Amino acid sequence: MAVTPQAKLDAPRIRADFPIFEQVIHGKPLAFLDSAVTAQKPHQVLDAVRDFYETSYANVHRGVYTLSERATEAYEGARTKVAAFVNAPSSREIVFTRSATEGINLVAYAWGLWNLRPGDVVLVTELEHHSNFVPWQFVAGKTGATFRMIPVDDAGELDLSDLDAFAREGNLRVVAANLVSNSLGTINPIERLATWAHDQGALMVVDAAQAAPHRRIDVQTLGADFLAFSSHKLCGPTSVGALWGRRELLEEMEPFNLGGHMIRKVAYEGTTWGDVPGKFEAGTQPSAEAVGFGAAIDYLDGVGMEAIEQHEHELAAYALERLGELPWVTLYGPPADRRAGIVSFNVEGIHPHDVSQVLDWEGIAIRAGHHCCQPLMRKLGVAATNRASFYLYTLPDEVDRLIEGLHKVKEKLG
Amino acid sequence: MSEFDSLYREVILDHYKNPRGHGVIDAADASAEGQNPLCGDEVAIYVALGEDGETIDEVKFSGRGCAISQAATSMLTEMVKGRKAHEIATMPRDELLEEIGIPLTPIRLKCALLGLGVLKVALHKAKGTPLPDEWAGLADELDFGPSQEP
Repeated sequence: MAVTPQAKLDAPRIRADFPIFEQVIHGKPLAFLDSAVTAQKPHQVLDAVRDFYETSYANVHRGVYTLSERATEAYEGARTKVAAFVNAPSSREIVFTRSATEGINLVAYAWGLWNLRPGDVVLVTELEHHSNFVPWQFVAGKTGATFRMIPVDDAGELDLSDLDAFAREGNLRVVAANLVSNSLGTINPIERLATWAHDQGALMVVDAAQAAPHRRIDVQTLGADFLAFSSHKLCGPTSVGALWGRRELLEEMEPFNLGGHMIRKVAYEGTTWGDVPGKFEAGTQPSAEAVGFGAAIDYLDGVGMEAIEQHEHELAAYALERLGELPWVTLYGPPADRRAGIVSFNVEGIHPHDVSQVLDWEGIAIRAGHHCCQPLMRKLGVAATNRASFYLYTLPDEVDRLIEGLHKVKEKLG
Repeated sequence: MSEFDSLYREVILDHYKNPRGHGVIDAADASAEGQNPLCGDEVAIYVALGEDGETIDEVKFSGRGCAISQAATSMLTEMVKGRKAHEIATMPRDELLEEIGIPLTPIRLKCALLGLGVLKVALHKAKGTPLPDEWAGLADELDFGPSQEP
């Protein structure tokens, strides 16, 4: 990649890498303030996928011919990049999945269903995306384990004041939490949770879908046992994600999907499983998407994760400051220094759908809804919020346009 | 006409800001609630029938939602009052959509039809008749019926 690391990122220059911004929406330049739901793609990623299809495409781990070898090399090369991106001790600990959701389901099914039993406790948080909430609720229900939730306080941060009470309810086996909340942007103290979880003999499962695009992740210093994230939120293609797991755990687990490639030997009498990570990669893999995932990681590394984190932090602080000037706007979540580039808010008396609709006519895309966090919405006492979220291509000027747009919303519908 | 004015017509804004039939009927003859899982919007509808057990004497709704869902439900309560329950239970959705008279994307269509769907569920439930096919699909998408919350 031609991009060189720099102390402070140059958002206007980065933006030029993203073809999507070459268009106008309703006659206005596109202000895409919904990067927490999915990120736009730079041409470097699009080119990598196209190049793979045009020059190296065949199914991976199948043929002995040149193309298949090339495809396999590209796919495994992407795995190496993903491993380095989260500082995994070995690329064999990286399982390619369809999404962060599938990664968490893999752990819930292939570890949870086989290991949980009545008397065990599975602990999630009130801040979780449904993807790290519902699978655990489901497997706890199936196995008879107790399902509990760490509450959030009024600032939208986890209330860790009485953690030990959860451990007293039974045999704590799993703590599942996100590193960054997708709806409030809260950065959670995973290191502290992981240390506590391990003291209780529990596993720490981290949903890093919202964190991986925005800050440097190190699975070893976090103290995680499993960590899942997706490609599409970090400028890569959809339909591919990664699950990192400690090797000894992955090795002792049963498979999740069964079929081609994940076997060692199949006979009528019985089948044995292949080695990790292949054991968890049944069927034709999203190889072109994985190659694009690798290219996205190269792109982000080229810009520098620290610079991206800093840029988003500045945008979040600026947005909170500007939104804070509007007396008819309610802000949710922690102060700027303890959140990622995500700002959730409501406009007094105006439903988020209507806010988002009017902003769309200004060329501004924000999310309106419950952000797949219905337990959290219930805690906040709302059905839905507006959410503006930022990424490396976001300009401060777009925050200004959001504020102007909200004035228009208020004037028309307030 | 601007995009704003064609969606948020004056009559829509009027119903949104001054909803008719907002409230609850205790001991209603028919009632149901529903929500739009996409946005979490909720509507509950209550119907009081006349002595003939057929005429809709009073209809009220409660809940929260966007301007489109609230205005559509408010307009619906005006449309159905005084009419026969069986007629409303089988009323085509286009009758309401024509009354609303705004261009709706598939997503906003669900907002607009939430109230009518809930009303139909209430009436069919009270009469013990099955929900027509046209609504059965929508009923799967919108979450009609008793709240799923524990």
